Amino acid sequence: MTLPEMKYPLSRDQLLQLYYYMKLTRELDEQLVRLFRQNKVVGGLYSSIGQEASAVGTAYALEPKDWIAPMIRNVGGLLVKGYRPRDILMQYMARSGSPTGGKDGTSHFGDLKERHVVSPISMLGDLVPVMTGVAMGGRYLGQKVVTMTWIGDGGTSTGAFHEGMNLAASQRAPFVCVVENNQWAYSTPVARQVRLRDLADRARAYGVPGYAVDGNDVVAVYQTTKTAVEQARRGEGPVLVESKTMRMRGHAQHDPAAYVPPAMFEYWKARDPIARYEAWLTEHAVWNKKVKAELDSRIERELKEETAVAEASPLPQPEVAEQGVYCDGCHVIQAQWERPVDEVQPPQASVEAVWTVADFGGSNGQPQAPARAAAAAAGEPPSSASRKFGTDHGKPGGSATLARSKARAKPVPAARRRAPSGRPKGRR
Amino acid sequence: MAEVTMVEAIRAALDEEMQRDPTVVLIGEDIGVYGGAFKATEGLLAKYGWERVIDTPISETGILGAAVGMSYQGLRPVAEMQFIDFIACGFNQMVNFVAKSHYRWGGPVPIVVRGPCGGGVHGGPFHSQNPEMWFVHTPGLKVVYPSTPYDAKGLLKSAIRDNNPVLSLEHKFLYRRVKEELPAEDFTVPLGKLAVRRPGRDLTIATYGATTLASLDAAGELAKEGIEVEVLDLRTLAPLDRQGILESVRKTSKLLVVHEDVRTGGLAGEIAATVNEQAFEDLDGPVLRVTAIDTPVPFSPPLEERFLPQVAGIVRAARELARY
Ligand SMILES: Cc1ncc(C[n+]2csc(CCOP(=O)(O)OP(=O)(O)O)c2C)c(N)n1
Ligand SMILES: [Mg+2]
Repeated sequence: MTLPEMKYPLSRDQLLQLYYYMKLTRELDEQLVRLFRQNKVVGGLYSSIGQEASAVGTAYALEPKDWIAPMIRNVGGLLVKGYRPRDILMQYMARSGSPTGGKDGTSHFGDLKERHVVSPISMLGDLVPVMTGVAMGGRYLGQKVVTMTWIGDGGTSTGAFHEGMNLAASQRAPFVCVVENNQWAYSTPVARQVRLRDLADRARAYGVPGYAVDGNDVVAVYQTTKTAVEQARRGEGPVLVESKTMRMRGHAQHDPAAYVPPAMFEYWKARDPIARYEAWLTEHAVWNKKVKAELDSRIERELKEETAVAEASPLPQPEVAEQGVYCDGCHVIQAQWERPVDEVQPPQASVEAVWTVADFGGSNGQPQAPARAAAAAAGEPPSSASRKFGTDHGKPGGSATLARSKARAKPVPAARRRAPSGRPKGRR
Repeated sequence: MAEVTMVEAIRAALDEEMQRDPTVVLIGEDIGVYGGAFKATEGLLAKYGWERVIDTPISETGILGAAVGMSYQGLRPVAEMQFIDFIACGFNQMVNFVAKSHYRWGGPVPIVVRGPCGGGVHGGPFHSQNPEMWFVHTPGLKVVYPSTPYDAKGLLKSAIRDNNPVLSLEHKFLYRRVKEELPAEDFTVPLGKLAVRRPGRDLTIATYGATTLASLDAAGELAKEGIEVEVLDLRTLAPLDRQGILESVRKTSKLLVVHEDVRTGGLAGEIAATVNEQAFEDLDGPVLRVTAIDTPVPFSPPLEERFLPQVAGIVRAARELARY
């Protein structure tokens, strides 16, 4: 096995695991279509065929303690996070054994305690500020966690996406936003949605790094996302990753996608993420026919078992509809402190409540002479907390909030590290 | 002990809860260095630091979303809307994310969203609204609306300790107009329990927020005419203390509902329907309403006066009801 050099090396087991998750995602997708045709799926069915590398490769770049919030085409991410096919099957079949007990469907479920998964809502965009908040909360508690969500090309046009990205940037939240550019938002092509070719360029509006990656190359997706995740984990703020891929089915099962030019499907079919990865694994001698056959039959066997479990689960009892509006006497999410609590209580937490404005906002973008001197002299001392933790826990105007070039640049000179024009600074 | 205003009571509640529980954090616009548009958070940044008093860009969806996210980490964020009218900009977070989270998948959202509401200060159409019914109508949210400093403090503390999302509406007219001496020790006011502000046998007025004061004034006038009015301050609008209302109605047999919110789709309609269903036999007259008129909140003083329910209108309606 001779692998190309990777910034974040993957072991043979890991490479095979990536295949397993992608292939399982696809087979699960196909299984759901069969169940749909048997009228066992309640409501719409959304496919992620063609996007398996995007969901799996991104989620795989996270650690177990990190957080995700899946959208409908991120079943692969849920599998990586430890959910089983039965969970997704039961969600789609509205069974009592589903993670929501039949209260909601599709990928709309989560687990705050173990897997660190936040349930999405249908309204596109709103997860961006929510996952920003999860990131801020984790940092506050002293955890080194990163949060991630996905959003479609279409979803990036919502106000919630913008507010969330801007808030994440202003707070330097350890958050990675994956834009899955699958070329279509329902029936509308990207070019009719936004006047950018690379949605990664949206990052510039927030002064954060934006990377574009071939979303059908799972190794590339992993490498790029891992770069983003580690940047976020180091306290450098949010990162946007655009994964360029293609939705190979209609918006949902009801939609034959007649509006997609056949040649476009052909183009992308030739770039199918699983076929490509299979060839890659063979080319680099990671596996042989026997290993592949074993994996495939394991997936087949698992799906069979999982489907049987899911189908055995009854529909929920009607009275469940009345339960759980309020969380009364329900479980409480206990904050997991990984820093001394004293740090957030007075007197340790107390500060002088003033802004330090280093840039008076003149039109040439340069600070006035006295301000420049002040900024340089101040040297952006970290808060007491950041000195201990190496991150600045989201105090406003921390260092390195300026827009960066895509590749992580050399350390920015102190004079440039002041807050952007007109942006007040929280500390002297 | 010195008397405190409602805004001081709110600040004290935030301060004491932050001191008591390090998972309590504040997030909002201009709440830190400036201390909030109404100074409800003044001094808290200096005391608790940048990590716990978080100034944000102008992003109601962002603020509410971030509060939800922090709560999923086990924190108890208190989000301020600079004026409650702007909660409309974060409406989706409230009604689709926050309200449904626990029901759908068991994700509790112990956040508090608070902000100044209400008219009478010539704030015009966008700084005077009473948006309670947008949220009372959404299962999963709790809504409180205090009329006294004691309740403002006690309800806010309960709201912060509650495991559910609570919207706390603070009438800006009351912020500095009502004063009260508060106990030195820690106290809470339970959610979902009304308060009898004035006992009476002839007629019940159910109300909340600023119209509690107007209703008490009206009750004073009516007493001179021999009409003894029982004034209920609902305090929590969701979940509504239906039992408390029914108990009073069973005693007085007459109910007038007064609120500053507009008439159509206001809480009065829901209360009237409840009483109709559950205490019809006890009624000696129709359930009447005194509310704002069905328009946006107008700006100019004579227009706003016409818009808002007035003491004279409450007295008139109560007299009419008493005649049955
Ligand atoms: C705010 C909002 N408006 C409309 C919809 C209805 N809707 C659901 S998915 C969709 C298209 C989404 O496209 P995109 O974000 O590119 O995601 P994709 O389906 O391609 O993965 C639309 C319009 C929605 N869910 N949310
Ligand atoms: Mg799309």
